[in-house]
Amino acid sequence: MTEDLNWAIGGEAGDGIDSTGKIFAQALSRAGRHVFTSKDFASRIRGGYTAYKIRTSTDRVQSVVDRLDILVALTQRTIDENLDELHEGSAVIYDGERSWEAEIPDEITAVDVPLKTLAEEAGGAIMLNVVALGAACELTGFDVEYLDESLEKRFGGKGSKIVENNREAARKGRDYVRENYDLELGYDLETTDNDYVLLNGDEAIGMGALAAGCRFYAGYPITPATNVMEYLTGRIEHYGGHVVQAEDELSAINMALGAARAGARSMTATSGPGIDLMAETFGLVATSETPLVIVDVMRSGPSTGMPTKQEQGDLNMTLYGGHGEIPRFVVAPTTIAECFWKTVEAFNYAEKYQTPVYVVADLALAVTEQTFAPETFDMDAVEVDRGKLLEDEDVETWLDEQGRFRAHAATDDGVSPRAIPGMTDGAHMSTGLEHDELGRRTEDTDVRVEQVDKRNRKVETARAEEDWDYREFGNENADNLVISWGSNEGALVEALEYLEDDGVDVRVVSVPYIFPRPDLTDDVTDAENVIVVECNATGQFADVIEHDTLTRVDRINKYTGVRFKADELADAIAAKISAEAPAQ
Amino acid sequence: MSSQSDVRFTDFKSDKQPTWCPGCGDFGTMNGMMKALANTGNDPDNTFLVAGIGCSGKIGTYMHAYALHGVHGRALPVATGVKMARPDIEVMAAGGDGDGYSIGAGHFVHAVRRNVDMTYVVMDNRIYGLTKGQASPTSRSDFETSTTPEGPQQPPVNPLALALASGATFIAQSFASDALRHAEIIEEAIEHDGFGFVNVFSPCVTFNDVDTYDYFRDSLVDLKEDSHDRHDLEAAKDVILDSDKEYQGVMYQNENSVPYHEQHGVTENMAEIPDGAPENAMDLVREFY
Ligand SMILES: Cc1ncc(C[n+]2csc(CCOP(=O)(O)OP(=O)(O)O)c2C)c(N)n1
Ligand code: SF4
Repeated sequence: MTEDLNWAIGGEAGDGIDSTGKIFAQALSRAGRHVFTSKDFASRIRGGYTAYKIRTSTDRVQSVVDRLDILVALTQRTIDENLDELHEGSAVIYDGERSWEAEIPDEITAVDVPLKTLAEEAGGAIMLNVVALGAACELTGFDVEYLDESLEKRFGGKGSKIVENNREAARKGRDYVRENYDLELGYDLETTDNDYVLLNGDEAIGMGALAAGCRFYAGYPITPATNVMEYLTGRIEHYGGHVVQAEDELSAINMALGAARAGARSMTATSGPGIDLMAETFGLVATSETPLVIVDVMRSGPSTGMPTKQEQGDLNMTLYGGHGEIPRFVVAPTTIAECFWKTVEAFNYAEKYQTPVYVVADLALAVTEQTFAPETFDMDAVEVDRGKLLEDEDVETWLDEQGRFRAHAATDDGVSPRAIPGMTDGAHMSTGLEHDELGRRTEDTDVRVEQVDKRNRKVETARAEEDWDYREFGNENADNLVISWGSNEGALVEALEYLEDDGVDVRVVSVPYIFPRPDLTDDVTDAENVIVVECNATGQFADVIEHDTLTRVDRINKYTGVRFKADELADAIAAKISAEAPAQ
Repeated sequence: MSSQSDVRFTDFKSDKQPTWCPGCGDFGTMNGMMKALANTGNDPDNTFLVAGIGCSGKIGTYMHAYALHGVHGRALPVATGVKMARPDIEVMAAGGDGDGYSIGAGHFVHAVRRNVDMTYVVMDNRIYGLTKGQASPTSRSDFETSTTPEGPQQPPVNPLALALASGATFIAQSFASDALRHAEIIEEAIEHDGFGFVNVFSPCVTFNDVDTYDYFRDSLVDLKEDSHDRHDLEAAKDVILDSDKEYQGVMYQNENSVPYHEQHGVTENMAEIPDGAPENAMDLVREFY
C-alpha cells in the first residue's frame, strides 16, 4: 500500500528504547531504504517517557510527519502520547501478559504479543524489545534477516551467544505474529541494493573535524553536544590526536585555544549555557587571532531551559555575544550532511582568517539520524587550507628591523603571517589586551584603530573571497519567498509538496551562513510575501534579514521545544500567504 | 634549536621595559625563570609561556618566547592545550595568587591532578596588586584592605596543601629575592616530568606592608636536602601543613610521576596534518553502515 512507513517504539527511559530503535533503523538502512529518525526524550535517565521514531521510504525522507503506522508500546503512556498520530491502518504491538491492560482505540489494530515470555524462551527477558522488532517485521513484510547484522553490531562485543539469542528472539516475535494473526495491514517494505550510511548531526560534526585534520578537542559534557565528544574519543587517537574532558567550559575553550596557538587544528563543542561561559575567552581568541572552531549545538534556553528540546535561540549570542566588538564567522548547517561539510569549512575559515568560527547546529540536527549515500561524505573532496601558516624559512620575511616577529602585521587583507612554536625567530607574544604588530600591549590611539580595522578587514576579505551561498528549493519565480536557517530545511522541502498540491507557489531559500551571510536584499524586495521560518519566539534571523534588506518580513516561529513538521509548516505558510493576499 | 651552551638568560628578555613598581618581587621571580629556562637548555623558540592576569601576569610581556597573555585565571588550561598539542615544547605558566587560587582555583586542582608536564609559577604577594590592593585568597585573615577593612576574616588558602590534596607530583616554594635558590628551584620544576608547581613569595612593595622582604627574610626556613626528604610524603605533609613557619625548597616530589601526555600516549606534534582528509578516511564513513 504505502511506501512511507512510520514506526515508533516508546516506553520508560532506561527501557533500551534508543538502542532498539537504532537496531531497526540500521536494518532498514542496510536494506537500502531511506530512514529519518527522531527522538522524544525527557531530561532524565530512568523514568520519563521516551520514544524513538523512524520514518522510512524508498525515497529520501528528511522530516517528521504527524502519522504513526506501527507503534511498539511498552507503556500506556506511549499509546496516550501518540494517540492523535495513530490512524485506521495503524497497529500497536504490546504485551498483554505484562500486568497492564492496554487501552487502544477500536479502529486501531491491537497486536498482543507475549514479548517477555518469548524473550525468556530465547534466553532472557531483557530481549523483549527485540521480540517486538521481530513482530514489527512480520507486520510490515520486512525480512527479520535484515536485523541480524544490526544485532551483531550492537551485541557483537558481548559474545556470539548473546547475538544468537537476540536473533532467536526476533524470530520468535515474527513467528508469533505469523501464527496467531492474519492481518491485512497492507505494508510490504520494499528493499533495494543501495547501501546507505545512517548517522546524526553530532556524529557528522565529529567526522568532519577528523576529516579536516582536527587533532585536539576539549569539551565539557552537555546535552545535546556530548555526542561530538563521544564520537571523537576513541577515534581521534588514530590520527595522533587527543580529547580532554575539561573541568568546565571555561577550561575547555582555553585548552582548545592553547592547542590552536601551538599549531593544532583544535575544536570545542557545547550548548547554550556553555557558550555563555566561553564568551570571555571568545574575545581573547579573536584578539589574539587564534584559529578556533567552536560548536554550539543549540537547545531550548534561556538558562538551563529545556535541555532535551529543540530551539534555535542562540543566533544572537553567537552573532553578537562577548564584550566589545569581535570579528567572527558563524556557519549554521541546514542538514546532517552539512554538519560534516560546514565543520570542514569552519576549520579552513578559522585558519585562513585566524578567527574564531562558530558552527551553530540545533538539537534537531544533532540527535536526528538520517540515511545518506556514502559518497555524500566524499573524503577526496575535503580540502585543507591552512592559510598563512608560515614555513620555517619564511619567518624571516616577517621580522622588523630589530628582528622581532610581526605576528599581528597589519596587512591589506587583515590576515597576518602565523608562526607556531618551534619556528626559529617566530617567538612572539599574543594577548587579549590591545596590542601592536608585535603583540605588545598598547593604548596608542593610532595603533588601536589600526589593529581594530585590521581584524575587521578579515571579514571584508572573506566576504569578497568566499562563496556565502544559500540553497534554493521550489519555484524560483514564485512571489512567495520562505527563508529558513538550520534544521528547518528538511521539513520545508517536504512542505513544498503539500503546498504545490494546494496550488500555492513558493520559493524556499535555506541559508547556512549567519555571518558573513549572503545578501538577500534583491530576493526579499522582489518577492511579494516574505516569511522567515525559525524555532524561536522572537525571530532572530528575521530581525537580521530586516536589518539587511530594510524590509519588513513575516515570521513563523515555533518554540514549543519540538521541531517543525512538514504538514504543519505547509499549513502555516499557506495561512500566512492567504492572510497577506490583498482583499479583492 | 640552540644547545645549552649558547643560550643566555637574556635571550628570554623582551625589549619591553617592565612597568612593575621599583622593588616589586616580580622582577626577581622573572629573572629566576629566565635563568632556569636557559640553564635547562631551552630557548625562546621552543618555549611557550602562558600568563594570567594581574601585575604578575604581565610577565608574558617582559619575557621573550612564544607567549600568550590570556584572560584572568585561565592560564593553566591554555598551557595544558599547548602541551598536549606539542609535547616537544617546553611549557610554562605564570600568574598571581588571585589569578591562580581564586578565579582559577578550579583549574589549578585539575591541572595538578592531570599532572600536565609544565612548570607553574605563582607570584604570591598575598594581595591583588593590579586592582590596587584588595584581599587575595592567601591574605592573612586580619589583613586590612580596601574591600576588607577588618581583614578577610577567613583563613587563607594554603596552596601547597591544595596541591598536595590534588595529587601533586612536585611541590615547591621559593622567595623571589633569594636569587640563586629561587632559580635553582624553578630549574628543578622544569626538569620534573609532570606538573612542577612553585609558589613564589614575590612581595608587593606598594600594597602589602606585612608580607614584606624583611618578613620573609627573617622567617624563611630553607628545606635543605640533608634534613628534608622530598620523596617522603609524610615529611612533605609536615612542612606543608605547618602554619607557623614559612618554608623554601622542594617539599615533595613523586619519583614515579608520569606526565599526562605520556599517560595518554600522546607523542605527536599535532600541528602537522595532511593537506586533505587523512588516508582511509572513507572508513570513518563506512562505520555508519
Ligand atoms: C574576569 C575578570 N575579573 C576581574 C578582573 C580584574 N582583575 C585583574 S587582575 C586581578 C587580581 C590580580 O591579583 P593577583 O592574581 O594576586 O595578581 P597581582 O596583581 O597581585 O600580581 C583582578 C581581580 C579581570 N581582569 N577579569
Ligand atoms: S602593585 Fe605590587 S605587585 Fe603590582 S607591580 Fe607594584 S609592587 Fe608589584
